[in-house]
Amino acid sequence: MVPINYYIILSAILFTLGVVGVLIRRNALIIFMSVELMLNAANLAMVAFSSVIQSFSGQIFVFFVIAVAAAEVAVGLALIVEIFKTKRSIDVDQMSSLKG
Amino acid sequence: MFLAEPTHSGFFFLVPWLVFAPVIGLLINLIFGKRFSETMIGTVASLASGAAFVISVLLAYSISVNHGELVRWQLAEWIHIGDLQLDWTFRVDSLSTTMMLIVSGVGTLIHIYAIGYMHEDVRFKHDVGRYRLFFIYLNLFIAMMMILVSGDSYLMLFVGWEGVGLCSFLLIGFWYEMDTLGRPSLANSNAAKKAFIVNRIGDFGFLIAAFIMFWAFGSFQFDQVFEAAQHAAPGTILAITLFMLVGVAGKSAQIPLYVWLPDAMAGPTPVSALIHAATMVTAGVYLITRSAELYTLAPQAQYIVALTGAVTALFAATIAVGQYDIKKVLAYSTISQLGFMVAAVGMGAFVAGMFHLITHAFFKALLFLSAGSVILGLERGHHHAEHAHRGKGKKGKHALSKVEGRKEERSHEAHEEVRRVEPVETFDPNDMRNMGGLRKTMPVTFWLYMIGTLALAGVVPFAGFWSKDEILLDASLRYPIVYWLLSIAAFFTAFYMGRQIWMVFFGEPRHGAALHAQESPRVMTVPLMVLAFLSLVGGALNLPFEGFHNLGHWLEYTLHEVEALPLNYAVAGISTVLALLAIAASWYIYGRNPLRAGEIDPLKRRLGAIFTGAENKWFVDELYQAIIVTPFVKIYQFVADVIDWRFWHDWFHETVIAGTYNWVSNIALNRYADQRGIDAFANGLAGVTQWLSATMRRIQNGFVRSYALSVLLGVVLIVGYLILK
Amino acid sequence: MTLDLILFLILSLIAIATALGMLLSRNAIYSALFLVLNFTTVAVFYLLLGAPFIAMAQITVYAGAIMVLFLFVIMLLGAESLPKAEVLPWQKPLAGILSVALALEATFLFITRARPAGNIVAPAETANMTDSLREMSMMLFNQYLLPFEVTSVLLLVAMVGAIVLTRRERRVHQ
Repeated sequence: MVPINYYIILSAILFTLGVVGVLIRRNALIIFMSVELMLNAANLAMVAFSSVIQSFSGQIFVFFVIAVAAAEVAVGLALIVEIFKTKRSIDVDQMSSLKG
Repeated sequence: MFLAEPTHSGFFFLVPWLVFAPVIGLLINLIFGKRFSETMIGTVASLASGAAFVISVLLAYSISVNHGELVRWQLAEWIHIGDLQLDWTFRVDSLSTTMMLIVSGVGTLIHIYAIGYMHEDVRFKHDVGRYRLFFIYLNLFIAMMMILVSGDSYLMLFVGWEGVGLCSFLLIGFWYEMDTLGRPSLANSNAAKKAFIVNRIGDFGFLIAAFIMFWAFGSFQFDQVFEAAQHAAPGTILAITLFMLVGVAGKSAQIPLYVWLPDAMAGPTPVSALIHAATMVTAGVYLITRSAELYTLAPQAQYIVALTGAVTALFAATIAVGQYDIKKVLAYSTISQLGFMVAAVGMGAFVAGMFHLITHAFFKALLFLSAGSVILGLERGHHHAEHAHRGKGKKGKHALSKVEGRKEERSHEAHEEVRRVEPVETFDPNDMRNMGGLRKTMPVTFWLYMIGTLALAGVVPFAGFWSKDEILLDASLRYPIVYWLLSIAAFFTAFYMGRQIWMVFFGEPRHGAALHAQESPRVMTVPLMVLAFLSLVGGALNLPFEGFHNLGHWLEYTLHEVEALPLNYAVAGISTVLALLAIAASWYIYGRNPLRAGEIDPLKRRLGAIFTGAENKWFVDELYQAIIVTPFVKIYQFVADVIDWRFWHDWFHETVIAGTYNWVSNIALNRYADQRGIDAFANGLAGVTQWLSATMRRIQNGFVRSYALSVLLGVVLIVGYLILK
Repeated sequence: MTLDLILFLILSLIAIATALGMLLSRNAIYSALFLVLNFTTVAVFYLLLGAPFIAMAQITVYAGAIMVLFLFVIMLLGAESLPKAEVLPWQKPLAGILSVALALEATFLFITRARPAGNIVAPAETANMTDSLREMSMMLFNQYLLPFEVTSVLLLVAMVGAIVLTRRERRVHQ
């Protein structure tokens, strides 16, 4: 019997790691992967809740999240490839032309 | 709008046209004159004046038909404020019609004369365009004089009084930018100013009299004033009459305000004739005659008036003896004769005074206009001589000066101070020393001038004899001292007129201009002949024989108390003898050995300093200059320069007001309030905004990671807030 | 200490370790592979929580398709290069602090405010996979039909978008 709180804490830790990854890494792909990590953390939390309240709504929600994540990855990676064609680098610090 | 009973028959309805006919004449000339020929302009003006004369005749006729009954005709209401009712009302009675006839009659003759005179004068002065202006002014004068003599109250009289003063100013200064010789100068305009200012002093006296009158009697209207005067305090009447005398002294050129009249000779000769001999200057005499009831109530005033007149008569006559300018002689003669008139009306001999006014108008106008004819004749001769000789070249010049040259040589060593060598360019046609022998070259003018002289000198049977004799008779009966003063003045009168005749018309021409002088055209001489005729027969107006006191009877309608004195052979005889003696003396000094060119006046040789005094008008002008004018100039310069300019303008306005204003606007408002205050605040705001935006701008550094950090920061803060809530 | 708890702890350690590995790894390939591991662990978690379908979906889609896509792109774009110096010096410390703060806040928020939760029911006590699958499908196609259809459209759009973005512009030859 694992209390739900443990899953919540785990989810929070994973989410935080994802946030740290987004903020710290300069490689665009790593950042993207960190975003996926964040999504996963959220999914985990939702499945945990779904298990607790004995309803499938959480799981269905996770199902949709996974589908949307897939779509998002596809488009995102296409964009990164396009940017790489122009800038010859995927260092996000180099993509700072829109500065004020 | 008859104020009298409608039973009056006659032409009284024509009264306003007395004034408006000349006004229409002047308006026609003013508006259309530029398109008219000179003759047309003169004709229009003369017709206007003539119309006034015709109306005067009709009015006189109407008065006589109505047995001299007074008619008052109101034209317009003027000032109606509460109890104050002042109207423009015409007064037609025997006295005013007499004046109307004289003014318009002599005026019309002078208009006709001026057609010819001004035609030549504007050409000698090189300004043909000014011809029309002259006739406009002349008509204006006639209109104003008509207002003066036809007024029913002292107020209307004063309106005309001021109006003729204005016209006098305009006409004296007609050639305002030059002097009498045509050179650019302020002389003419100064003469006009002098006339106006001295007249103003007289007007001041008149106004004081009018104010006292209004304050004491409450009205200006003649009948009301005379009625109220019967019950007034004698002091009031005395004050009124004496102040009125000041006005008369100004307008009629008596001592001490006569100084403007000789200077007024700067105007063209028709002006001198009309205004300063026949009409305007007689306004004072008319005033006293009109105020007869007031003067009879103040015997002391009468005595003073009579004395003033007599002294003026003698004083002016002595000055006339020493004058060289032909018009100046006549001017002083006018002052002297006005003295006669003023003395007469002062004594209460109103008929005698008016009689002399009428005859004097005739022969003085005649004399002045003839003098104008002489002057023009000289100008013509001068022109003719100059052009003819210039045509001949250098030789011609010598020929011209040959006439004077020998005389100059002879007189050179002896008479240095008299040697007024006039260069040919500044030839003075008025100077009698340039004349001589004109009776041969200008015969018509000569005879006309003779008639005028004899009339003025008072030789029987000319008009002047009868009128002057009547004055002398009245004087002998009332104030003997006046009689003696006037008799001596009469002696001088005959003397200087004789001197003038001998100097101008007899002897040899003393200048090329006189040698070549030409007679005047008929348009000038015909009016003179009319005047000469009147000077001859004018005495018939009031002969001192039973049944012939025509003027006396006529004026009796107005004056109510008229003494008709018979001829006194003693007085008449003495005056005739004096006149003949004077003429003989003048012949002895001037006629026997006619003056030659460059010679000084023989009387000067004999009398020396006395003659110099007379020649310089007894230095009266210089006295006035020193006592009155110079201190006044100092005062006004002080007021204008120090008080007005330096204090008021420079200090008060510039430093105080402008300085304060500048300080307030520049320093206080501009520098402190605006620049340091408001601008600083506004700029400060802008600065703050700039600083803020510059700082904030650095947040947008283009790095996505920092944006993400900002988002995280926001999330943390919000969640923290939610936790703490 | 039941088996569940021990299993949970071990698996959570693995999950966190792999996540850290992904973060700290210099090589992008290693990061991706670490992430794959992480996903697999999470799939196991799903199994533990009684969501077999989701576990399979996780492995198939996430670990299988998405991460493979990532690996393709990593290999396509080359190794990570960090040539320049750090441009944002405050980034790392601040990120660390804020993340920790976020984590603490989230945990605190949930533990104190949320409804007291029960225990996780073991999956062995529930029905078998087929039944749960059936029930989930019933719910999916009945209650959540609209999101399902919309998701399909979304996938289509993503596909079209990816192709459009990477299409080369045809140049008109002279």
